Amino acid sequence: MKRFRQHLLICGGTGCHAAGSADVRTALQNEIKKQGLADEVAVVETGCNGFCAMGPVAVVYPGGTFYVSLTIDDVPELVQEHFLKGRPVERLMYKEPASKDIIPDMKDIPFFAHQQLIALRNRGLLDAESIDEYIARDGYRALAKALTEMSPQDIVNEVKKSGLRGRGGGGFPTGLKWEFCQRTPGEIKYVLCNADEGDPGAFMDRSILEADPHSVIEGMTIAAKAIGAHHGFVYCRAEYPLAIERLKLAIEKATEYGLLGDNILDTGFSFNLQIYQGAGAFVCGEETALMRSIEGKRGMPRPRPPFPAVKGLYDKPTVLNNVETWANVAPIIIKGGDWYASIGTAGSKGTKVFALTGHVNNIGLVEVPMGTSLRTIIYDIGGGMPKKHRKFKAVQLGGPSGGCVPEQYLDLPCDYEEIIKAGAIMGSGGMIVMDDSTCMVDMARFFMEFVQDESCGKCTPCREGTRRMLQILEKICEGRGEMSDLDLLEELAAMIKDSALCGLGQTGPNPVLSTLRYFRDEYVAHIVDKKCPARTCVNLIEFRVDEALCKKCGQCFKACPVGAISWEKKQPAKIDLTKCIKCKTCIENCKFDAIV
Amino acid sequence: MAKLKISDLAKIRDRVHEQINLREDGAQVKITVHMGTCGIASGARDVLNAAMDELDKSGRTDIIITTSGCAGLCSQEPMITVERLNEEPIKYVFVDNAKMRQIFNRHAVEGEVQTQWALAKGSEQ
Ligand SMILES: Cc1cc2nc3c(=O)[nH]c(=O)nc-3n(C[C@H](O)[C@H](O)[C@H](O)COP(=O)(O)O)c2cc1C
Ligand code: SF4
Ligand code: SF4
Ligand code: SF4
Ligand code: FES
Ligand code: FES
Repeated sequence: MKRFRQHLLICGGTGCHAAGSADVRTALQNEIKKQGLADEVAVVETGCNGFCAMGPVAVVYPGGTFYVSLTIDDVPELVQEHFLKGRPVERLMYKEPASKDIIPDMKDIPFFAHQQLIALRNRGLLDAESIDEYIARDGYRALAKALTEMSPQDIVNEVKKSGLRGRGGGGFPTGLKWEFCQRTPGEIKYVLCNADEGDPGAFMDRSILEADPHSVIEGMTIAAKAIGAHHGFVYCRAEYPLAIERLKLAIEKATEYGLLGDNILDTGFSFNLQIYQGAGAFVCGEETALMRSIEGKRGMPRPRPPFPAVKGLYDKPTVLNNVETWANVAPIIIKGGDWYASIGTAGSKGTKVFALTGHVNNIGLVEVPMGTSLRTIIYDIGGGMPKKHRKFKAVQLGGPSGGCVPEQYLDLPCDYEEIIKAGAIMGSGGMIVMDDSTCMVDMARFFMEFVQDESCGKCTPCREGTRRMLQILEKICEGRGEMSDLDLLEELAAMIKDSALCGLGQTGPNPVLSTLRYFRDEYVAHIVDKKCPARTCVNLIEFRVDEALCKKCGQCFKACPVGAISWEKKQPAKIDLTKCIKCKTCIENCKFDAIV
Repeated sequence: MAKLKISDLAKIRDRVHEQINLREDGAQVKITVHMGTCGIASGARDVLNAAMDELDKSGRTDIIITTSGCAGLCSQEPMITVERLNEEPIKYVFVDNAKMRQIFNRHAVEGEVQTQWALAKGSEQ
């Protein structure tokens, strides 16, 4: 066998191959030949050595010099320097990651540091499909305690003491709800979980069911004991297949272990739990509609009273709580209501999970003590706005039933009462951050469209009123609005809020009202100046470069997909309106807001 | 599995607690792939497969690979946590197939934290 002076081992594993190692190898072989080294340097292809992320990788022996991320362009230099002149090319070598201690502690990362986990206590820590792991993290200990050491009244008292309020939107005190149901006589009662989660942008309930389904099962079983129920349903939208799958498995396991079903933990208590898959209509999240839907009827709300605690599913006394509410129950039973009540504010106890989305760096789920300021959530936890040249404008809370909160309220402590004072609602915890590229009229239109779409049509004010409001908003966005439309919007909103049958209609006008309250000038700009200040409403944009603002950077020119923009160095850009398709790409790319 | 009695809960707790803390069965390393809906959407399944594949190739029996739900920071998914016995868990973000393979071989097997992709050490609680 021929002996070579040097060996170059280049990786041909899948990862490096995908990164182009085959081409690099060919280039290396050619270059080695060209330099007359073919008899001195062997090129060998190896299998993956686990460094694929830096592929294509190569090692040169003797010496073991490790090269990473090689490209064809690196080849001539590498061959001339290393193989011809014997000087390894530092530039291409793998650099050891800096020492361990630069990795921050979880506790020092603002995203985690400001959070306090109760409902999400097991997130990232256990295998959602293993009941043993849930038990290992104190799972079902609260149930054992509730079944053996507490009377139904003790359970209710503990939850009342905790101050826990419903996390599904209304914020009704959970302990009180249970007490009403407990006191209603009845052989048959039900415990339900609302996992319909219909707000656009909300995903906290899905995440809890996916990551920690037993925490919901445990909470429901404890309530069943408290009110004397033996049957329960989790109403989950069918669009959540993973949540349903994990919940199903969790119910099977819990039943197998005797933590659900007959004679739970050998205490003589029975509770059976089923999943009901909803079709995902928003109105089915409303409690009375949800119950009808489980009964197999069309999901339409009915007037209350009678309240579900008295006449609920199949007209039997029923307790319905939201997924997140249920996930808070076990810790309250173990650590006590006083402990829970020590977290949060005077009227809002414990923590709240928010789904942080929109124009914010760290999109994700956050759980913070009630009373944490919006600023902390958006800037410390959320990491602020991703686009440096954009300013914070408002944050939308509470989805289609909620409202937007402008900058002057950023230090608002987030709890039920304070958010209402600012003109929004806590809702289920959707939090959409908006920078100044968001048009508030368009945002109001979006939510009104959602409400109008989801209106079940049972009552006239909601069915007709929301349609009318949507038409007006569309008209304003198109530049055909009149000042009198604003009064009309307010009138219609008041009328719908007063007379709609269910929460959907009663709260549907809120996004419009809150934008009218804080951003009225933006409505006026649309109507009087025929301008959309955030440049969102296409009909109100001229698609003209304002030469006074244009910094001649050429970004718009590079971005335009149809070549409608002409630009030369040191010249302002120009848009050819005959070619422009009004896609707004240029506007997104101009850092100087020069396109009007 | 027979139905549990109250006392069995504590037994399971103690037994599994050992396991999830890596002490039993001689497990030296635990790799957790966070698989919520958004994790899966951003490629967590591919990451899991890569980890399983590397585990197969390595022939090691003292490395556990497990999954768990959303870790909260959806915009930096896929995320994994690597925990070596008696060392602090390390969370990695934006993991892909190739990074997973490297983290497996260099960190899980050889103990060298891949600082360049690490988000943080320690755990939330
Ligand atoms: C139109 C409408 C939609 C609703 N959607 C939901 C939902 O998706 N999830 C939820 O938990 N509650 C929803 N609710 C609130 C429920 O009616 C009910 O108040 C709640 O599930 C009770 O649980 P809680 O006290 O734990 O919050 C909705 C209410 C209305 C009026
Ligand atoms: S308010 Fe709207 S959604 Fe509610 S019952 Fe009336 S029409 Fe249906
Ligand atoms: S991106 Fe804006 S500033 Fe730059 S050339 Fe275009 S219009 Fe002018
Ligand atoms: S709106 Fe779109 S098509 Fe028109 S100029 Fe801008 S980038 Fe080009
Ligand atoms: S494929 Fe080259 S290091 Fe893995
Ligand atoms: S689902 Fe994984 S962080 Fe959200």
